[in-house]
Amino acid sequence: MKVLVPVKRVIDYNVKVRVKADNTGVELANVKMAMNPFDEIAVEEALRLKESGGADEVVAVSIGPTQNQETIRTALAMGADRGIHIEAPHEIEPLAVAKLLKEVVAREEPGLVFVGKQAIDDDCNQTGQMLAALLGWAQGTFVSGIEIKGDSAAVIREVDGGLEHLEIRMPAVVTVDLRLNEPRYASLPNIMKAKKKPLDSMSAADLGVDIAPRLTITRVEEPPAREAGIKVCDVAELVDKLKNEAKVI
Amino acid sequence: MSILILADHDDGQLAPATLNTVTAATQIGGDIHILVAGDSGGEVAKSAAAIAGVSKVLTADDAALAHGIAENVAPLMQSMASSYTHLMAPATTTGKNIMPRVAALLDVMQVSDIIKVESADSFQRPIYAGNAIATVTSNEAIKVVTVRSTAFEAAAAEGGSAAIESASGSADVGLSNYVKSELSSSERPELTSAPIVISGGRGMQDGANFAMLEKVADKLGAAVGASRAAVDAGFVPNDYQVGQTGKVVAPDLYVAVGISGAIQHLAGMKDSKVIVAINKDEEAPIFQVADFGLVADLFDAVPELETTLG
Ligand SMILES: Cc1cc2nc3c(=O)[nH]c(=O)nc-3n(C[C@H](O)[C@H](O)[C@H](O)COP(=O)(O)OP(=O)(O)OC[C@H]3O[C@@H](n4cnc5c(N)ncnc54)[C@H](O)[C@@H]3O)c2cc1C
Ligand SMILES: Cc1cc2nc3c(=O)[nH]c(=O)nc-3n(C[C@H](O)[C@H](O)[C@H](O)COP(=O)(O)OP(=O)(O)OC[C@H]3O[C@@H](n4cnc5c(N)ncnc54)[C@H](O)[C@@H]3O)c2cc1C
Repeated sequence: MKVLVPVKRVIDYNVKVRVKADNTGVELANVKMAMNPFDEIAVEEALRLKESGGADEVVAVSIGPTQNQETIRTALAMGADRGIHIEAPHEIEPLAVAKLLKEVVAREEPGLVFVGKQAIDDDCNQTGQMLAALLGWAQGTFVSGIEIKGDSAAVIREVDGGLEHLEIRMPAVVTVDLRLNEPRYASLPNIMKAKKKPLDSMSAADLGVDIAPRLTITRVEEPPAREAGIKVCDVAELVDKLKNEAKVI
Repeated sequence: MSILILADHDDGQLAPATLNTVTAATQIGGDIHILVAGDSGGEVAKSAAAIAGVSKVLTADDAALAHGIAENVAPLMQSMASSYTHLMAPATTTGKNIMPRVAALLDVMQVSDIIKVESADSFQRPIYAGNAIATVTSNEAIKVVTVRSTAFEAAAAEGGSAAIESASGSADVGLSNYVKSELSSSERPELTSAPIVISGGRGMQDGANFAMLEKVADKLGAAVGASRAAVDAGFVPNDYQVGQTGKVVAPDLYVAVGISGAIQHLAGMKDSKVIVAINKDEEAPIFQVADFGLVADLFDAVPELETTLG
């Protein structure tokens, strides 16, 4: 079985983003970029499946500008076998991403697609569910445990009330949550080896998909700032402030 | 304008976040209908019909729709969509699971997690862990929208008298089977709607120490939350996690104990009315958003807080 892992290039999670002065977006120039942390977890899970004999090939795919090839190389350095880069603008919407991935699935015929549950830049939390819908496949979302059992998979989902166990039919799309695994670091020799692994490049037009945006972002602004508060000396003062000043207890 | 809201429920009770979604829908305007898809025998529909501002409740009762199985609920909603300008749901794990599937079946882009209604087709939503707010306009004929419940007041749960009609339920598409749930049971208020939340982080050191926070929580009628670090370390279950990738809370009072204040954590609580931080490191970033900061060892401060509250 082949596993497909879509990986997104996003602003590194440690960077504090700044809104552009003209309110058209956030500052992306000279900002450290990295693989979406959830996608590292997705790559790791695919690799573990391969290492345990449950999969024979792991293919990483990224959609975006040429620099997204770096993100694919990161996946290859972790251990993915080959990469596919689909050239597209940075601001491509989840529905268009899902349509492109559907075409990749048609060509590659994977048994599983592991996606991140959300990208930490736009926090849309849509792509995996949309891809599953377009393919008519089962979806396991926000997954913190997975076990493949022939033509079905037992998944554990992190839901608002706790955990939910589902049995989903394969092939399936699985969106991974934080506690599924701890992703490995790429070693230096593996980073070198990754440079020689195959990486195909194509355009959205090659796949015959219309990626025109459906939403318009008319303005991006800073959230209202919180005013700095005060330090209290001890618990007694804290309780007094909460009772008599803030009146919240 | 006509709006269909997917009710969030557990086949027994309506989730409160549905009420906040009704308020967001009211701000868009028009006729508001609620779809109760599940296997609840009509109880949830009765609660939905009582919500102020709702004109009709549609029920689809079928075992295949129980537990919000997305593969079965999405085609049902798709089949009803042509009568509506907006399809909405709370941005709970149920809404987040089902709505993008509905949107893709309809070939429309979803607007996720809105915090403000600007007009019938324009919404504000947080991006980059709430460090930026985007105003997004949708040109789609049917707008698919999920709603952040903490950004909207709850609609009145009583006072409405909507008609209840049955919708023809869709069949089981046979892709997904519910097996079981492991739900954390608690006598305390639900995290996302509690008026007071007290959360612990890595500084708590182990799960047993959360008992200290629970004692304070019980005196204040508060819910207990946690940072990702505390959940990853196994101190508390996953549903305690507050943050960008956990739950978003905005209580009257949020008390962060032994939490450093990473952006991902702040994303889930910085809209709280009053924030208190207890941390032994006076440089901890959590103090930059705290109204009242106490630099202290939590193992002294928390028990003292409990006794002071009497
Ligand atoms: C400042 C700003 C300005 C914007 N301006 C515009 C605009 O003008 N027009 C417009 O149409 N949109 C615009 N956008 C929207 C935005 O770029 C897309 O909505 C977003 O890229 C997709 O959402 P997501 O990544 O959060 O999806 P999610 O659904 O959260 O992503 C989940 C998972 O899907 C997979 N995935 C997602 N994207 C990719 C990818 N590219 N390659 C491979 N895998 C992927 C990954 O596995 C990822 O973990 C803007 C966004 C921002 C922040
Ligand atoms: C993709 C991604 C998603 C994430 N999503 C989330 C999320 O949703 N929610 C979230 O919370 N995090 C999230 N994180 C993690 C986040 O970046 C931080 O690592 C995490 O919030 C840190 O938790 P903490 O503050 O408990 O631990 P730490 O940062 O280790 O802080 C512990 C604090 O406790 C204090 N302390 C220790 N002992 C004591 C004592 N005896 N008395 C008083 N104070 C003490 C220390 O001074 C310190 O400030 C995410 C990270 C990533 C990469």
